[in-house]
Amino acid sequence: MVDLRNKLVLALGERDGIPGQALQACAESAGARVVYVATQCFV
Amino acid sequence: MDLEEQDAIRRVAESGARERMLVLLGTPTAGSTLMTALTLSQGDPSYAGPLAGIPLGLPSYHILEDGVREAIPPDVYDREIGPLEFVLDKAGIVTALEKVRTGTPSS
Amino acid sequence: MTTRPVIRAARFVLAHVPDLVYAGSKPRRETAARGRDVRAQIRSRLRTFREAVAYAPHQVMIGNQAPEALWDLPRPWHLHSPAEAPCEGPAGAVVDQPTFYAWLARADTARLIRFDEAFVAEAGPLVRGADLATASPDALRSAVASGAEPIGDPDGRGIGVLLPGHAQDESLAARVLLENLATKATGALALRRLLDGVAGDEPVDFLLGCGEEAVGDRYQRGGGNLAKAIGELAGIRTAGGADVKAFCAGPVHALIIAGSLVASGLHRRVVVVAGGSLAKLGMKFLGHLASGYPILEDVLAGVAIDVAGDDGRSPIINLDAAAVHRVGDGGAPHQMAAVLTQAPLRARGLRLSDVDRFAVELHNPDITEPAGAGDVPQRNYKMIAALAAQAAEIDREGIPAFVRRHGLPGFSPTQGHIPSAIPYLPHAIAGLTTGRCRRVQLIAKGSLFLGRMTEMADGASFLLERNAG
Repeated sequence: MVDLRNKLVLALGERDGIPGQALQACAESAGARVVYVATQCFV
Repeated sequence: MDLEEQDAIRRVAESGARERMLVLLGTPTAGSTLMTALTLSQGDPSYAGPLAGIPLGLPSYHILEDGVREAIPPDVYDREIGPLEFVLDKAGIVTALEKVRTGTPSS
Repeated sequence: MTTRPVIRAARFVLAHVPDLVYAGSKPRRETAARGRDVRAQIRSRLRTFREAVAYAPHQVMIGNQAPEALWDLPRPWHLHSPAEAPCEGPAGAVVDQPTFYAWLARADTARLIRFDEAFVAEAGPLVRGADLATASPDALRSAVASGAEPIGDPDGRGIGVLLPGHAQDESLAARVLLENLATKATGALALRRLLDGVAGDEPVDFLLGCGEEAVGDRYQRGGGNLAKAIGELAGIRTAGGADVKAFCAGPVHALIIAGSLVASGLHRRVVVVAGGSLAKLGMKFLGHLASGYPILEDVLAGVAIDVAGDDGRSPIINLDAAAVHRVGDGGAPHQMAAVLTQAPLRARGLRLSDVDRFAVELHNPDITEPAGAGDVPQRNYKMIAALAAQAAEIDREGIPAFVRRHGLPGFSPTQGHIPSAIPYLPHAIAGLTTGRCRRVQLIAKGSLFLGRMTEMADGASFLLERNAG
């Protein structure tokens, strides 16, 4: 298991994969602090 | 990775406490996962962006990896990720990250 | 008096503009960062007009081939084009660069373009009747030095320059105006084509713009109503107009609104119209170069869609099965699919399997895959199929078959709002009238978060149904 507690997470989402906000919600619920969040869109 | 995105991440990574940082990816394909993870650990492999020759050494994990999933409360994971593990190429994504971690990226 | 709204026709015009690829946002930024070699690399991989016309996805866009034909064509598709193909089809046309430039000239009501004298002499018949301001090569060069935007290959012979609209106004900078003029010209090309082919004698009451341009000066950046300017350029006098802004979801929102305007009886004929995105030309050129592909993002796409009252034949916009993504809805792909695809069907007692075809964002995978973005429509279809499996309509092993039966290959140029479900309309109309389809769902999504005003995404959908007469 990846220990996310107290980690500083850079959440790099993609609109056509998993968006940054969903990654952020997951990371924070696992005890991480999200320091950067982005959702890229290539279309 | 976009040039602007590389620059933004470099600034965050250089702002301190890099040993506590990790990248959580939501990339949709094995290829994009490999490129992003490589760029943020070893530097921009295309030598085109602000991270060319700058190995930030950031470890990357993908939200679909079992080890990541286990760290997240099931109700949150189910709500936010749901059936995406059946839609995206989970096996390819996991293999791509294994290559980056063992230092044997073939592409 | 109310009526059921129908979609009578849709037309697409693809303007092949290889010399404007350098003016796309990504090529422009890469050139600034890495120098003029970038332009040389692009130049070596540009397509000829004939290649762009024969490209199978373009033949699908203009209606000469069914989208399903692409399932069986080996990829990448540019390696499997016939030597010759018609540039016109029942759903539209591919036009060449000189034709586009002639429309650009007519679109320039502010007279900000200074044409190269040699271009005007050569273009002759194409620009007949247009009152063009010309300048010598020396004058053009000095104009570029003081803020004008070259039109065409900056290292070669362009057709002239576009002057800024104002000395200090960033909203009227020459490169912004070139984007907007390109959108106006391609929108008008599509609108003219629609009206030349469909009920030309019936007045258009209202034009709904749904492109992604931002027209306005410093005091109202994005003020809009390009729809009306497009109507003027296309020679329409009867219509009013306004724009609907919703990123890539704009066209589907606009069709729902157009249907409502017709259903209410306020207007009898509404045309939804949009021009193409200059900024997106060459957006994924780095991936295309790395894969040895031609630069596939070399066309500007315009669209015009005819919405009118029930004619007893054309497919009906079922407003009872229209859905929008609400502020409180989740933005992850499965959450959006549930809201836009499954929920409106359930509300009408329908299953996902009851829809013959889903039209999602139909991005051409040859364009997106070399950039690492994968096959966008196939992922969307897998998502819908996964929802069907979750609802026990099919089992998990049935997902690929569901995708093939209810999905489509992507074939649209990656022009933002253009790929969002609407490229299937000409084929859907055929399937729902002379074909055997009963129901098609159009689903669009928009990346609102790109504008930095919200973290939300957006989307809209509706059902297009066979007209029982």
